[in-house]
Amino acid sequence: MTTQDVFFYVFSLLTLVCGALVVLNPFSRNPVTSAMFLVLTIVSMAGLFVLLHAFFLAAVQILVYAGAVMVLFLFVIMLLDIKEEQRRRIKTFGLVAGGASVAAIVGIFAYSLFQSKLGPASPAPLVAGATRPLGELLFSRYLLPFEMLSILLLVAMVGVILLSKKDLK
Amino acid sequence: MQFFDLLSQNEQFLLFSALKVLGVFLVVLPMVGASVLAERRVSAWIQDRIGPNRVGPLGLLQPLADGVKTMLKEDFTPNHVRKAYFWLAPAITVIPAFLTLAVIPFGSQLGSQKMVIADLNVGILYTFGIVSLGVYGIVLAGYSSNSKYPFLGSIRASAQMISYEIAMGMSVVPLFMLVESLNLSEVIAYQAGGAWLVFKQPLAFVIFLIAAFAETNRLPFDLPESETELVGGYHTEYSSMKFLLFFLGEYANMIASSAMMVTLFFGGWTLPVMGLDAPATSILGGLAHVGIFIGKIGLLMGLFIWVRWMLPRFRYDQLMDLGWTRFIPLALANILVTAVVLWVIH
Repeated sequence: MTTQDVFFYVFSLLTLVCGALVVLNPFSRNPVTSAMFLVLTIVSMAGLFVLLHAFFLAAVQILVYAGAVMVLFLFVIMLLDIKEEQRRRIKTFGLVAGGASVAAIVGIFAYSLFQSKLGPASPAPLVAGATRPLGELLFSRYLLPFEMLSILLLVAMVGVILLSKKDLK
Repeated sequence: MQFFDLLSQNEQFLLFSALKVLGVFLVVLPMVGASVLAERRVSAWIQDRIGPNRVGPLGLLQPLADGVKTMLKEDFTPNHVRKAYFWLAPAITVIPAFLTLAVIPFGSQLGSQKMVIADLNVGILYTFGIVSLGVYGIVLAGYSSNSKYPFLGSIRASAQMISYEIAMGMSVVPLFMLVESLNLSEVIAYQAGGAWLVFKQPLAFVIFLIAAFAETNRLPFDLPESETELVGGYHTEYSSMKFLLFFLGEYANMIASSAMMVTLFFGGWTLPVMGLDAPATSILGGLAHVGIFIGKIGLLMGLFIWVRWMLPRFRYDQLMDLGWTRFIPLALANILVTAVVLWVIH
């Protein structure tokens, strides 16, 4: 087992364990704890990206999700009254629905994994870590999806502003 | 030297990286002490006092005395805190401050070694990522303290730091349009020969500098701890070593952002005189470059300290207004203008 393999297993284990602790923490029902475990999950996923030589993705993952989105989550959790959340029991319906969707996703992944032919053990990265080729790909081959995502984000942004305005003139 | 030849490439890399990390720590920690002393002496001069001058010659050993005093105090944990986060918060504050230093080239070469711990090709993005994690320390400190002043302080801190991160991130985009790389070593190579980016992008520098004040919670933007209304903000409940860690984190953050500004805007370790622009060929030249880098950081730290004792604190709504309605549009306009100019030139 090479050093890379060791790191891969460490990071994947961290991702899975922390991800589970976000929703299913036996020691605490505190939303802040869940949020902090979600941060750890995100950071360990960034570690997995680094192992794939996707440095740009890793940096952006930490910058956007861990650094901005999760801080806003914490902000909101701290501002809201969280005592009710802490007291609430886990609902059966939520448990069943969650379990079913996880099973469905695992099924889809397993199906596509067994359907596809496996490549060489460590293929050359499609876009070696550098930012320039990634940008060039985004603005040539993947321009349409990229622009569509931008419009989607814009729509979400307008929607948020509309919802957060108390009185529209 | 025979010992080095016996090691494999990998082992040499590990050894030298460890040495560089150790070296950076051994330089930065005394720098924190020196800046605390400078802060106290400069504030005294500005307010027409003398300042600490009793411990050692000219009061030079004062930081040592301060450090020992703080460590020997009772480490008191109030009963009403959330223990786990209360212990975690000071550490989370200090670690990002030191992690950012990993990608900053603090010199050209010593022997065959490049004077940077990790020469990442996404250096700047890495820095912003790590800096954005720094806010967790303050937020958790306020949350875990479980009392109103720290809580208000941490709420302020999280809103302020997120807001100014946006302006800060946008202000450096024009630099990388000019340099055409995110690697900090290449940013310095571009500036060799005196073409410092502070002259080409003065607006970007001004936005970055002011955002740096907000990110490090320094006056005029030290609302998270403003002692007149919030007692001490997020670290009200902390004492002894844990308080010292917050203190250390603040100064380490200032040093890290000064180092970042030197690298991005003031040519890093280069100086456009006496052939100091090219990577050093001798050990002496290499040391001179490290010295130049530290000297430039010192000048910017002086600016940080000077501003703190000259300007009054902003009001909170003024701070947010400045960030969102002034700096972010300005930074966006700067990106647009730079793009148009580059398009016309090419």
